[in-house]
Amino acid sequence: MQSNAALEYDYSIAKLFTYTTILFGILGMIVGTLIASQLAFPELNYLLGEYGTFSRLRPVHTTVVIFGFTLSGVFATFYYVAQRVLKVSMAESKFLMVIGKIHFWLYFVGALLATISLLLGFTAGKEYAQYEWPIDIVIVIVWVLWGVSLFGIIGIRREKSLYISLWYYIACFLGVAMLYLFNNMEVPTALVSGYGNIMHSVSMYSGTNDALVQWWWGHNAVAFVFTVPIVAMIYYFLPKESGQAIYSYKLSLLSFWGLMFVYLWAGSHHLLYSPVPDWMQTMGSIFSIVLILPSWGSAINMLLTMKGEWNQLTENPLIKFMVLASTFYMLSTLEGPIQAIKSVNAIAHFTDWIPGHVHDGVLGWVVFMIMAAIFHMTPRMFKREIYSRKLLESQFWLQTVAVVLYFTSMWIAGITQGMMWRAVDEYGNLMYSFIDTVTVLHPYYAIRALSGVLYLVGFLMFAFNIYKTITASKRLEEEPQFKTPMA
Amino acid sequence: MEIRELQAYANFFFTMFLVFLLYGYIVHLYRSEKKGERDYEKYADMALHDEISDAPVDVNPKTLDKKGKE
Repeated sequence: MQSNAALEYDYSIAKLFTYTTILFGILGMIVGTLIASQLAFPELNYLLGEYGTFSRLRPVHTTVVIFGFTLSGVFATFYYVAQRVLKVSMAESKFLMVIGKIHFWLYFVGALLATISLLLGFTAGKEYAQYEWPIDIVIVIVWVLWGVSLFGIIGIRREKSLYISLWYYIACFLGVAMLYLFNNMEVPTALVSGYGNIMHSVSMYSGTNDALVQWWWGHNAVAFVFTVPIVAMIYYFLPKESGQAIYSYKLSLLSFWGLMFVYLWAGSHHLLYSPVPDWMQTMGSIFSIVLILPSWGSAINMLLTMKGEWNQLTENPLIKFMVLASTFYMLSTLEGPIQAIKSVNAIAHFTDWIPGHVHDGVLGWVVFMIMAAIFHMTPRMFKREIYSRKLLESQFWLQTVAVVLYFTSMWIAGITQGMMWRAVDEYGNLMYSFIDTVTVLHPYYAIRALSGVLYLVGFLMFAFNIYKTITASKRLEEEPQFKTPMA
Repeated sequence: MEIRELQAYANFFFTMFLVFLLYGYIVHLYRSEKKGERDYEKYADMALHDEISDAPVDVNPKTLDKKGKE
């Protein structure tokens, strides 16, 4: 015990990833708000020549928020949580510290290069897998380094059992490793043929096989980047912040294995009414509906953890962030399966309801959870209280209104669009041309752009609050056990 | 037997198998707690008492401390 008395957790790598979470969050959301505005006001496409068009910026937005913001948040919380639940400090292993630092710097430089490559127009043309092959190689190395950190720290742990959050981090690691590799199997054309740009490649799969592998990955990017590691976060941060033990550890076991089994089969719901085999489409639909069970299992476990302690919702704004996050998790994991039902999909497919669904998931669930995690970690990593509770509260309401505006406008826009595309007159002729739908949808696109501005302002308030916490807030004498102190 | 008929049987038995697996796992969790073999709920403490000086819920026999003492 004596040797432990001087020992402290080492947060240097968690801090670095916290900075990139905020940086990439701001960058990704600025681009997101800009492209949302471009859809409402097309003149905004011509601000920066070819680099400012919707088609260039859309993959920049999605990849920066997924692989920049969210993954930074995942790594930051991992380097914080893993040490604590395993009761071992990173500082106890020089090897792991070095690996952690290389992991961060390679990730950071790689992410910048990846973003620049997309701006320059190098793209593999697959959604959420746009990076060309040299970037893919860097990503694989970064991922392997994370694996070394992950299993390395587990290897030197004092706590024999692995806490729930770690199962989910491991699942994120393994899931992405497998799917990313398979979907990015590509042939660099210049190396094989001697012609063309060295960056360019073509997929190793063709036709519907390519589409199936793509959506096997595409949907599981949602599963293993936007769901699994975020569930890892809430399983640690909600109990820790509220001082309440998880309502049922057994339910968490059941939900975990349920989610792992079911999620991998659901991807083909992206290909309903396409030329892939019918049974595969049906399978995607069915597994999507079964998916409600394990998703709600985790979310209900979270809400029941607060049983008898709901007063904390008014006393501690961070509890409010996390309860709202798990509520949005429930909403989007119900909405997704509904969209995957074939008859609903006939209206929903290719409409604005789909980005509406994605964004109530990511803005309401992913971003809220990551921000709450950073608000919880910062006072402990920097030994200072949160700079301003008022700012935090106003940010919460501003962003909540923004999310509601986003998904309601996209629900209306999407269903209107779907109905107009399908409408026929008494002779069976289509009643509307494409431009008719665009005219009708304009106000909803404008509302979405507004919601983007509100959400971005909320995120800037978050960034400012964290910056002031680190630099100018009151110092803490000792680490708070549960509730995060704030001024 | 036609392929469609075979698929229907396969579907039915596979579904039954998965249902059996799911409920079997739940029964296993509760039974091993009732028999006193495992106490799953104590692991929730790992998040609440996570200071480096806190005692682990289950000590890992291969910890650094032990290695240090050898």
